Amino acid sequence: MSGLDGRWTRRWIEAVAAEVARRKLELTALDRAIGDADHGENLDRGFQAVLGRLEALDDDATPGAVLKLVATTLISTVGGAAGPLYGTAFLKGSMAAGDRAELDAAGLVEVLTAARDGIVARGKAEPGDKTMVDAWTPAVDAAAAAGDDVRAALEAAAAAAAEGAAATEPLVAHKGRASYLGERAIGHRDPGSESTSLMLRAAAETR
Amino acid sequence: MKKLINDPTKTVDEGVAGFAAAHADLVRVVVDPPFVVVRADAPVQGKVGLVSGGGSGHEPLHAGFVGFGMLDAAVPGAMFTSPTPDPILEATKQVDAGAGVLHIVKNYTGDVLNFETAADLALAEGIEVQTVIVDDDVAVKDSLYTAGRRGVAGTLLVEKLAGAAAQRGDSLDQVAEVARTVNRKVRTMGMALSPCTVPHATEPSFTLADDEIEIGIGIHGEPGRERIALEPADRIVDRLMEPILEDLPFAKGDRVVLLVNGMGGTPQSELYIVFRRAAEVLAERGIDLARSLVGSYVTSLEMQGVSITLLQVDDELLGLYDAPVQTAALRWGR
Repeated sequence: MSGLDGRWTRRWIEAVAAEVARRKLELTALDRAIGDADHGENLDRGFQAVLGRLEALDDDATPGAVLKLVATTLISTVGGAAGPLYGTAFLKGSMAAGDRAELDAAGLVEVLTAARDGIVARGKAEPGDKTMVDAWTPAVDAAAAAGDDVRAALEAAAAAAAEGAAATEPLVAHKGRASYLGERAIGHRDPGSESTSLMLRAAAETR
Repeated sequence: MKKLINDPTKTVDEGVAGFAAAHADLVRVVVDPPFVVVRADAPVQGKVGLVSGGGSGHEPLHAGFVGFGMLDAAVPGAMFTSPTPDPILEATKQVDAGAGVLHIVKNYTGDVLNFETAADLALAEGIEVQTVIVDDDVAVKDSLYTAGRRGVAGTLLVEKLAGAAAQRGDSLDQVAEVARTVNRKVRTMGMALSPCTVPHATEPSFTLADDEIEIGIGIHGEPGRERIALEPADRIVDRLMEPILEDLPFAKGDRVVLLVNGMGGTPQSELYIVFRRAAEVLAERGIDLARSLVGSYVTSLEMQGVSITLLQVDDELLGLYDAPVQTAALRWGR
C-alpha cells in the first residue's frame, strides 16, 4: 500500500475505539487528578457510537468520509470539552482530506495540520497551556519533517505526540478545568494530550 | 462507594424519567435527542424562551427550575458532562415562540463550547439566540491564566430573575440584559467537607483527609483556593464571606439576597447554622438582608459542603426575585 485509503482509515478508527475502551479508566484517572473525572468515559461513549455507525458506511468510503462520520458522531455523543474539540479536529481533517481516495505523506500532513488548527481555533489554547494542543503541535511538526514516506510520518507524529503528552506534566494549566488548580496541576499529565497520543499511536500501528 | 442506582450508564436516563413522571403537570420530557426537559406549555406565545443546561449531578439545577416564571427548557448532559449540541438545539427549537431564545450557560469550557455550537446551528435555522455566561465564583481568579470564573450557585438567581423578566413579556434584549445585570451583581464561594463519586467512576473525584476541608470548591469538586484543617462553622463562614464581600465589593447600605446552598450531602440544619453566621456578618457590615433562600439547589452529587451567594439588589431586581414562580424545586407567589 502506498498511501492511506478509506479502509485503512476505518481500521485506524476501530483500533482507536478498542484502545479507548481498554484505557478508559486510565484516561478518567488522569482527568480525576486535574479535571472532573469523565474523559475516558466520554471518549468511550463516543467511539462506541462511531463503531455502530461505521457499519452503515460504504466499504469503499474515502478517508474524508470516514473522518466526517467520526466528527459528527463525536460532536453528538461525547459532550464536555472533548466532544467539540475532537469533533472539530476530525471535521477539519475530513475537509482537508476532501474526496481523495488515498492520503500520501503530504496529504496526511494537511489533514493533521487542519485538525490541529481546528482545535486551536475552537479551544483558543496555545502550546504550553497544558492541553491536547501540546500533543498535536509537535505531532504535526514531526510529521511534516518526516519526508515522503507516509509510514515514517505516522510514526514520527505518534512519537512526538507521546513526548508532547509527557511534557505536559510539569506545566501549570491555563485552559480548561485544570486551570483552576494553579500550581497543584504540576506533576499531572493532561488527559486530552494523552488521548491524542493514544489516537496517533494507534494510527502508526494500523496496517 | 454505595449508590442507589441500577446501572451507572443509565443514571441520567432513569433519573430524568422519574423526574418527568413526578412532575408531569409542569414538564414534558423529549427523549430524542435525549433528555430535553421542556415546560409543559412551551412554546409560550410571545414569550422569550429560556434554555439552560449542563452536566447532570447538580440537581435540582436545571430541570428543577423549568416552569412558570423561570426556565422553558433544561438540557441535562451526562453526569458532570455538558450536553452535546443536538439536544440543546432541539430544546431551543421547542421553546422558540418567535420572540427569540436566551441560553444561560455556566462558565465551564465544555458547556460554553457545546452551547456555542448549538447557538450557531439555531441561528442557521433562523432562531434568534442570545447567550449569557454565568461566572459568579469568586474562588477562581479571572485572569489570562485560567478558563475564567466558574458558574456556580448564582446561576439559580440568574435563571429566576431572567425568567421573571421573560414571563412579564420583556424582549430578548431586555431579558438578556437582566441576566447580565444579575451576573454582574452576584458572587458565590463554596467549600467541601467531603468529595463526591460520579456513578461510572471507581473512586471519588478527589480525596480529603478526615480532618481536611477544601475552600473555594467548584460544583464538580474541583478545587479553587486552598485545603485547610477543619474549623468551626462560623470560622468557615467568615472565610467564605470575606472574599465575596470584597469582590463586588458589597458596601454598607447595600440590599442583598443571601442564598445558602447545600452541595448535596449537607443536612438542612447545618445550612441554617451557616445562614445564621452569614446573616450576622451582613449585620456587622451594615448590609441589609432583603431576602433569604436556604436549601440544596446546585449540588455535587453526595458531596458535603456549602456555598454562599450574595446578590446585590435594587427595587427592580427585588421585584423580579419576588415575582411568582412555579417549578419542581422553587415555588412561590402562585
